[in-house]
Amino acid sequence: MKTDELVAMLARGNVDVAPQWVEGRFVVGLGLGALVSGMLMLASLDIRADLAAAVAVPMFWVKLGFASSLMLASLLAALRLSRPGISIGRAPAAIATPIAALWLLAITTLVTAAPSQRLALLLGESWALCPWLIAMLAAPIFVGSMWALAGLAPTRLRLAGATAGLLSGATATLIYCLHCPEMTAPFLATWYILGIAIPTALGAVLGPRILRW
Amino acid sequence: MTNNGQTQTPEQHLRGLLLQGLAGDGRAYQDFLTAVCGYLRGFLRRRLKGLPDDVEDLLQECLLALHNQRHTYDAAQPLTAWVHAIAKYKLIDLLRRRALREQLHEPLDDALGLFATADLEAAEARHDLAKFLDQLPRQQRLPIMHMKLQGLSVTEAAALTGMSESAVKVGVHRGLKALAVLLGANL
Repeated sequence: MKTDELVAMLARGNVDVAPQWVEGRFVVGLGLGALVSGMLMLASLDIRADLAAAVAVPMFWVKLGFASSLMLASLLAALRLSRPGISIGRAPAAIATPIAALWLLAITTLVTAAPSQRLALLLGESWALCPWLIAMLAAPIFVGSMWALAGLAPTRLRLAGATAGLLSGATATLIYCLHCPEMTAPFLATWYILGIAIPTALGAVLGPRILRW
Repeated sequence: MTNNGQTQTPEQHLRGLLLQGLAGDGRAYQDFLTAVCGYLRGFLRRRLKGLPDDVEDLLQECLLALHNQRHTYDAAQPLTAWVHAIAKYKLIDLLRRRALREQLHEPLDDALGLFATADLEAAEARHDLAKFLDQLPRQQRLPIMHMKLQGLSVTEAAALTGMSESAVKVGVHRGLKALAVLLGANL
């Protein structure tokens, strides 16, 4: 087939594209993933019993704010990385901001706490389980985000994979907040972020393999 | 050159054609692909001096990629950057496979130079895409043949193949992606 024949072939028939195709793909992948993850949480973990009381505590909203701002920042990065020729822009700074803010809050909490309290603030009651539960809840969202990216055209595959992993980890954390009773900044700054790091690292490993086009 | 007169830069002209194409104008889309073809051939030929026989095949792979990924073009972004990023990705992919990076005589990061010169002289592609088309499964091959080669409508292609209209559309989409994969794997 000659090149001009290929051009004619490609241009024949329906060539139109639905507007907002890229965004739509993320809505579907992320939405379905979060739905499955939410059902997984209800089936295996349950919502925290004191949720009604917890919403009155500022730290609960710090948790939600951290997870949702990280989710939005990584979604922004993933959208940018899925289009060829668009720079990632300020997305890395937007990702770093909630993490840095949480770490700052954690350090402040530890420094001002009585020395005997510090270990309890850091370990809480569920440190050994928390990162794994976040990673588990991230799994369906990870599949959805990777599916979204795989139908698009990322050119930096490792970075795009890591961003999809981060997006799934942050979204899973948002869901996990409805279960997790831990309310101290040092705990969140350590174990939540470790839990988010698991799918992020997995995405960096898998990206170059499954995102090629 | 000015924005308001008759004279348009290649960027403005091509971007206009692509946007019309994405809105459903096949004629404008074909003009877009034809023009980009010339620029890309020049771009690839300058960067594949050591592999002149691969230029036309890689060009066809780039055209398939542009088409298959056309939904990733953001109207707010420079068209040059989008086309260049896709061509660069495919070029690096080829060079990586060949482990022939030392063949590069010109830097890859020259997006602005992409629309500077065009090369309209087509060479023979070494691989015939029509042969790869024969290797596709029936539910992808038939929709492509009816819609993209014979120019039938979705309804006609669906009636001829006994497939649903949405299956025909999906078949074309997946088939062109599979074609790109087959070509890439053989370069």
